[in-house]
Amino acid sequence: MGAQLRVYKRRIRSVSATKKITKAMEMIAASRVVKAQRKVAASTPYATELTRAVTAVGTGSNTKHPLTTEAETPTRAAVLLLTSDRGLAGAFNSNAIKAAEQLTARLEREGKQVDTYIVGRRGVAHYNFRERKVAESWTGFTDEPSYADAKKVAAPLIEAIEKDTAEGGVDELHIVFTEFVSMMTQTALDARLLPLRLEEVAEETKHEGEILPLYDFEPSAEDVLDALLPRYVESRIYNALLQSAASKHAATRRAMKSATDNAGELINTLSRLANAARQAEITQEISEIVGGASALADATAGSDR
Amino acid sequence: MAAELHVELVAADRQVWSGEATLVVARTTSGDIGVMPGHQPLLGVLESGPVTIRTSDGGTVVAAVHGGFVSFADNKLSLLAEIAELSDEIDVQRTERELERAKAEGDAAAERRADVRLRAATAR
Repeated sequence: MGAQLRVYKRRIRSVSATKKITKAMEMIAASRVVKAQRKVAASTPYATELTRAVTAVGTGSNTKHPLTTEAETPTRAAVLLLTSDRGLAGAFNSNAIKAAEQLTARLEREGKQVDTYIVGRRGVAHYNFRERKVAESWTGFTDEPSYADAKKVAAPLIEAIEKDTAEGGVDELHIVFTEFVSMMTQTALDARLLPLRLEEVAEETKHEGEILPLYDFEPSAEDVLDALLPRYVESRIYNALLQSAASKHAATRRAMKSATDNAGELINTLSRLANAARQAEITQEISEIVGGASALADATAGSDR
Repeated sequence: MAAELHVELVAADRQVWSGEATLVVARTTSGDIGVMPGHQPLLGVLESGPVTIRTSDGGTVVAAVHGGFVSFADNKLSLLAEIAELSDEIDVQRTERELERAKAEGDAAAERRADVRLRAATAR
């Protein structure tokens, strides 16, 4: 076998091995998307009921709470960025990071100092590489976040927002995550979690034109709101984590599908080249044999004379 | 038809139980509260404790609930809990072991959790 042909054969072998791996990863991601979607669906009843309750307190009482009142001159904001622990997901992480950077730039233009909180090893690596300050980061659970993880993430954020700004607290809490629209579409977007705009929450839930009843609060409206708002934030963060996980798996599936397709195409091209090389080799061998034979024939013909 | 109310018991990551009931007893921060059909709209903070649901077909459902809320309006009662387990989902022996371990380690939160679970499991 000629050197050229051997090189092609070797490359075809290695690309086929890669193709097998990406195909397997595609299938794993596909099954995980379904699982992640099911988790998003399972967490919905809690989120809707909680939103209803928050709306009820918000509209049924005139209670003021640090988590719902806007600071007159907000000077510090916290940004929570949700990325994934693992790459191989196309533009998933870079889109989320880009969205976070745009948000940070906007907040800084508004004269706010930005504290960054990050979930996921990819985001942490990005910020560390650029030597940017990260207030706090969490890794290791982005593939399958549990409610306990969401609580863990939410705790320091709620603490920061309840603290006075002068003592290092923040006035606003923004979250950047990737919304799972469909298998094909996932969009990185940012949302303001706190201070809560109760009117907005009310509008979201009041689509059926229902009138919320006047609740009797137990023990009191303030206490209920006190207990309710952190849970609301946790549940929003949990939902964002789940959506990010689903989006990540969908992005991985898509990236691995195109990798598999590309590998297939590459194998086709390489096989054609290998065939051409083999054919060229054969042609050359034949012409060498023919050339050699005729040279021999010429020589014998000469000696005969 | 006897008066009944619709109950939804939801944990953060799943729906635990849903159905019709005639009486629900839960523990709020200001004491046990019983909700029957036609109760006035209510929104309360739950303590860790067992929740007893008397279903309309005469059965009883007990669940261990760790923190959360109870809200009642329009004859619909929602129990929201971060963690909720039905009594028949609770493994008594394991919980007893957990309780002992929590006591030995002096972990008050874990001890209370295990205690609530045990009470819910034995109340059935």
